Amino acid sequence: MTVAPSQSLTEHVVAVEAGAHVIGAGWLGSKAAFALADGHLLLTDGSEHTRVAAHPGGGILVSAHAGKTIVTGGDDGRVVATAADGSTRECGKEPGRWIDALASGRDGAIAWSAGKAVRTLDGKGQMRSFTAPTTAQGLAFMPKGYRLAVAHYNGVTLWFPNTDAKPDVFAWKGSHLSVTVSPDGQYAVTAMQENALHGWRLSDRKDMRMSGYPSKTRSLSWSHDGNWLATSGAEAAIVWPFDKQGPMGRAPRECGVRPVRVARVAFHPRALVLASAYDDGTILLIRLTDASELLVQDATGSPITALAWNDTGRSLAFGDEAGNGGLFTLPS
Amino acid sequence: MSDKIPVTVLTGYLGAGKTTLLNRILSEPHGKKFAVVVNEFGEVGIDNELVVGADEEVFEMNNGCICCTVRGDLIRIIDGLMKRKGQFDAIIVETTGLADPAPVAQTFFMDEDVSSKTRLDAVVTVVDAKWLTERLKDAPEAKNQVAFADVIILNKTDLVTAEELAAVEAQIRAINPYAKIHRTQRAGVDIAEVLGRNAFDLDRVLELEPAFLEEGHHHHHDEDVQSVSFTIPGDVDPAKFMPWINELVQQEGPNILRSKGILAFKGEPKRFVFQGVHMILDGDLTLDWKPGEKRQSKIVFIGRNLNREALNKAFLACAA
Repeated sequence: MTVAPSQSLTEHVVAVEAGAHVIGAGWLGSKAAFALADGHLLLTDGSEHTRVAAHPGGGILVSAHAGKTIVTGGDDGRVVATAADGSTRECGKEPGRWIDALASGRDGAIAWSAGKAVRTLDGKGQMRSFTAPTTAQGLAFMPKGYRLAVAHYNGVTLWFPNTDAKPDVFAWKGSHLSVTVSPDGQYAVTAMQENALHGWRLSDRKDMRMSGYPSKTRSLSWSHDGNWLATSGAEAAIVWPFDKQGPMGRAPRECGVRPVRVARVAFHPRALVLASAYDDGTILLIRLTDASELLVQDATGSPITALAWNDTGRSLAFGDEAGNGGLFTLPS
Repeated sequence: MSDKIPVTVLTGYLGAGKTTLLNRILSEPHGKKFAVVVNEFGEVGIDNELVVGADEEVFEMNNGCICCTVRGDLIRIIDGLMKRKGQFDAIIVETTGLADPAPVAQTFFMDEDVSSKTRLDAVVTVVDAKWLTERLKDAPEAKNQVAFADVIILNKTDLVTAEELAAVEAQIRAINPYAKIHRTQRAGVDIAEVLGRNAFDLDRVLELEPAFLEEGHHHHHDEDVQSVSFTIPGDVDPAKFMPWINELVQQEGPNILRSKGILAFKGEPKRFVFQGVHMILDGDLTLDWKPGEKRQSKIVFIGRNLNREALNKAFLACAA
């Protein structure tokens, strides 16, 4: 069933020619940053564009927003932070390897992985290393304290980089591809190889299984109040309730049902509004309270691969596999 | 043909000549650009190709089946390579000499992201003419590599006598009668015989193996990995065959390394062609039976501990 959005906001989009598969997007003040598979970062406010060769000769595989920089990990084995003025700084190097995962935390801390090697760099420049039991496929900082969640085959490990405390393993069979931690630090949720999510309530180590997806979940986004987790991978944004006792025994909301799979989701930073982007390039804004939908972009034919709100929630940056980008600004 | 990127999987026991073949492929003036996935850097001396390291991480799928495995590193690498689409024409995956080819082949069927963007072109196995007999005795991996192959490079033929060569070829045939064998010295083979084979493309099964439907010659060896084939000189009933083959691979999946078949379904003008790896079957109606051509049905299994009599009886019971 296709629900026609009640209103179109497409005239509030400024197209940005990114020129290569957009890996990720983020905001540095008034400028949007697009991390591109050709190794470049495109910084733009919609009218002026700057291309930064963050990974010359290489390609960007992962990106994250960290403090006043966008951090990128490449197939050149380098981890590079790029600031709004286009200046770059190499944060780490794994010679001859690919950077598989990247995460950012408070105070500009970052973490990256290459194979089993996991490293963190805190705001003061202190580097720590940890060897995961198998390839670390997903990383996420806990919101409270300096602690990292590492997703790997057969579970997730929580690791305190600055202490000698033994890493805490939360086991669940299967391959865990990415991990996210709820804003209150109570839940860790992974996306798995087998079209399902797995979660743990960290306080009592209780398992949660969230299944029924027709494909892998690649994108996870928490609502600003931490009560909802939106996910991609189905022909609707699947939004799980994390208020009260969590999603156990409760059904998720299915928002923005269309005959095309959701590729990326991004909750608005201040309101219960979800940006839902699809494999055909369509982007909708969905208000959770009444399920009303607004069209941001019509189908273009190319899957959306990056979606990021700015801090105020006024603007949304997006990009796709074919190298098209855009900046959407909410009408005032 | 789709615009999926072809992937060639290169296997072979330690020292058989894999790297020699790889270097040969990469240095020939073919005008193509490859992304090469290797286990150790430094072996490949070609610097204008995109070379990626892999660690052969195998994941069991959580369906309780021990033979349904995929290579996690391969999924990750292909995902990364696809972001740089357009920079290469094909992917070559070199596996270590001790690797089981099954998780590699299965990745191309079981992982949706991989199967939607790439296709397995062929499993190419390099074997050492002088040492294969020994390896077949002491290394189950070597046997699996021969069993999985679509193309076998029988290398180092200059190190054996004509009789020894014939004997080793007979051994290969006992395990895998349908692979294309090339006798080589220093892996000297026309790369068109190695790349772009479409051996996993159902439409090309007959083109590559024109003798598939002819009565084969049976070898009886005491290898534990063997091939068995059965023929029905006419049509089969899909209502009997489909449930049987599905149940068979579910139960015998761990023992069946490769399976293939070309079948005449009653009342169906097109051939039904299938092939599989362990429990995973891929089948479709393909080309029409030609006018005047004898409609017949044949299946082949390559595997361990296969009960020839029971399989034959069960297959014959599917006759229309």
